Formats: sequence, C-alpha cells, structure tokens
Amino acid sequence: MRLDPRGRSHPAYIAFLVHRLSGLLLALFLPLHFWALGQAITGEAALEGFIRWTDTAVLKFAETCLVVLLAAHLAGGLRVLALEFLGWRSSQKTLVAASAGFSLAVGALFLLNSGP
Amino acid sequence: MSEKTLEVSVWRGDATGGAFARYRVPTQANQSVLDVVTHIQREIEPDLAYRFSCRVGMCGSCAMEVNGRARWTCRTHVSRVAADGVLELRPLANLPVIRDLATDMAPFFEKWARARGSFQPKDSLTGEVPHDFAVVPPNSQKRQAADAGIECIGCGVCYASCDIVAWNPDYLGPAALNRAWTLANDVRDGANKARLAAVAGDAGCHACHSTQSCTERCPKQIDPSGSIAGLKRSLFWGALGR
Amino acid sequence: MSGPQLWMLQRGSAMLLALGVVVHLVTIMVAVRGGLSAAEILARTRGNAAWLAFYAAFALAAGLHGAIGLRAIAAEWLGWRGRGFDLAWMAVAVLTAALGIRAAYGLYSA
Repeated sequence: MRLDPRGRSHPAYIAFLVHRLSGLLLALFLPLHFWALGQAITGEAALEGFIRWTDTAVLKFAETCLVVLLAAHLAGGLRVLALEFLGWRSSQKTLVAASAGFSLAVGALFLLNSGP
Repeated sequence: MSEKTLEVSVWRGDATGGAFARYRVPTQANQSVLDVVTHIQREIEPDLAYRFSCRVGMCGSCAMEVNGRARWTCRTHVSRVAADGVLELRPLANLPVIRDLATDMAPFFEKWARARGSFQPKDSLTGEVPHDFAVVPPNSQKRQAADAGIECIGCGVCYASCDIVAWNPDYLGPAALNRAWTLANDVRDGANKARLAAVAGDAGCHACHSTQSCTERCPKQIDPSGSIAGLKRSLFWGALGR
Repeated sequence: MSGPQLWMLQRGSAMLLALGVVVHLVTIMVAVRGGLSAAEILARTRGNAAWLAFYAAFALAAGLHGAIGLRAIAAEWLGWRGRGFDLAWMAVAVLTAALGIRAAYGLYSA
C-alpha cells in the first residue's frame, strides 16, 4: 500500500489516521483488558495479584498510552459525528476535535500522575 | 525564480507498467504545468501521451498527479508547485493507464451510472415535454444543497485523491456520490428511492471515512465529503421511517 | 444487515461509548488516587446492580463498535471481504462483549 505523504498532509487526513490507528490499538487491547478484569471472577485475591503485577513503570506507561489513545479516538469520533450528523464543514471540526482530544489527554495524564 | 531550467520527471508507460523519464524544460514567467508538458511533447518527446482541451480551467481534461497531488495542469503555476525547480508528473491515480499521462476514465463514469447519477424526471416518465415549468425556489434548503454540488465537471481529481477508492475497488467514489446527492435534492427528480438504495452500503456512502481529500483537492471547491455525509443522513432518517 | 443499519450500529455504539468512556475515565481516576487496589474496586462494584448494568452495556457497545471498526480496516487494508469474514466479525463482537460482561459480572459477584 503506497502512501505518498504529499497528498495526505491536510489536518483531516491526519485526524482520520490517528482515529483509525488508535481504534485499531484499542480494539486489540480490549479483549486483554476484559480478560484481566475477568480474573475478578476467581476472587479478590486474584484481582489484587493482577493489579500488583501491573504496578511497574513500564505498565504504568502503557496505561497512560492507552488513556491517551482513548482520548484521541474519542476526539476523532466526535469529529466524525459532527461531520456526519450536524453537517459541519471540515475546517471547524478538526480544530474542535483536536482541542477536545488534547484537553482530555492532558487531563487524563495529570490525574493519572496524581497520587502516590 | 532563480533556476533557468526545470527538472521534470514524467511517468511513461502503459497498463503493463512504466518508469519515470527525465526532461529538462526551460523556465518561463507565468508558466503552467500544462505549458511544461506541452513543451516536452512538442520539442523533446513527440510520442508523449497526455490530455488537454480548453487550457483555461473549464473542462478538467488536463488533470494529473503533480508532485503527488491531483490537479488541473492548466491552472497550476509552476512557481507554486516547483519552487525548487523539480516537477514530478504521473497519470491520475486510481484509474487504469492507457499510456503515459492519459488514463481511462471509463470506470469513473461507470460508477457515476451505478450511483444513479442521472436525472429522472418525475413529471414526464415517457419523455414528453411537461405542461409547465417546475417551480423550484432557489433559496430553498434542498436547492441550495443541490447548487453547492452541481458545478462538477467530472474531472476525476477527487476520485484520484480518495484513498477509499484506492483501498476498495467497488467504492463509487466522491464524484458519483456528490452527483447522487445533488439529484437527491432535486425536487423534480423521481428516482430517489432507487438512488438512495444504490448509494448505500460498503460500496457507497457508508464507506467514506471523511478523510476530506476530495474536498481538499476539488478545483471547483465542491465539498463531496459534505455531500456524502448528507447521503448518510438521508439514509439514516429514511431507515427510521421519515 | 444493510449498510445504513451497520452504520447506525457503529455510530449509535459510538455515542454510548462517548458517554461511557467519560464516566469510566473519571471513575478510574478517582479510584486511582492513593493507589489502586482490588479491595477498592470491589468495594464499589460488589453487589451493585447499577455498575453491573452500566459495565454490561458498556462492554456490549465496545464489542460491537470494535468489531465493526476492525471489519472496515481489514476490508480496506487486507482485502478481507465477503460473507465469511462478516460472520467472523460478528463472532468477534459477541465474544468480546461476552468477555466484558463476564468481567462485569465477576466484579459484581466477587
């Protein structure tokens, strides 16, 4: 698949790419997330054991990435909904979506990092 | 511009394949890319195949890929796209190549027909002349929606720019869908039910991901992406029974 | 399933997820304060029918939304098209949702 970047650098295309790639990664992560939480079925001890296992720097970083991906995907999705349902013109939405996504991501990062 | 000559790479070949050929073209003041191609064919390479007609931005025949973007070569100033004196020319993407810079537009128009992109008069199904003019207020919402898209001359720039067209062989594409939208908003047209059915689904408007490449590239500033979103809305309300 | 129907399912689940994600993220962030523990999570979800209902609906919407999205990517980037693949994606949707609902139930009944 030849993707010549010259014709694909307008903001709406970048937004599409971010939306698609973040969705792909989230969709691949989601079953893992559900399986991990399903450990709770075996009881509090199993769930606690799993949470302890994730208490490393690498995994905390991965979690932060996931929250950012989620925020980005949500922002891109709001852009698509505005374009399709509200009939907005492209130039407005990309800005709105970008700022919404950015603020969500920043907020998420900030709060995730708060606490010991 | 300081360069005296342009370094021009032109894709040459046919449906079986091809490669870039390199030419040196003297720069001029107020030079369009079409001027460059014409110079190559007249002065250097007589058998170079390319298309043009009006030369003044009305017919869309001269569309090709200039430095990675589909555009009309007669309306593209060399100084705007080749400030460093380098030009790369390819035939329009997403279409079969006949030879060199000339592509086969048949698939483009075949999809136009598949999208039911032709007017079907409500009042005279057998083609007889209607008794009266149809009264269509120009400021009505539907007429304005139709007017926003009817200037399309079928040049293929949007189709060549669309990645979904590249990734999905059945996808009808922005021009055909834009035309369907203008007709869906034409109150004189009687074929809308069949037309909306034709433009729904994986080969139709629902395959559009709003990358906006079509709207970005359209030389007539039409917004096919917006038209496609309109089709999605029409199908949505229709499915809900309105 | 028709084009408009699949599209409505995708956009509809998207809207549900938008709301659900905001609730979920805020809840997580409040829960993470002072460190995360199973006891804390389960204290919220154990025996709580409202959280069960919320997360079950959330899991269903996520399963559907993810599978429909993956279907588009696979069709466009891998050329995976046809009835067989459609059925496979339906299975993916159901399985993912089931895994999520199982997890939600686990948190409810722990």
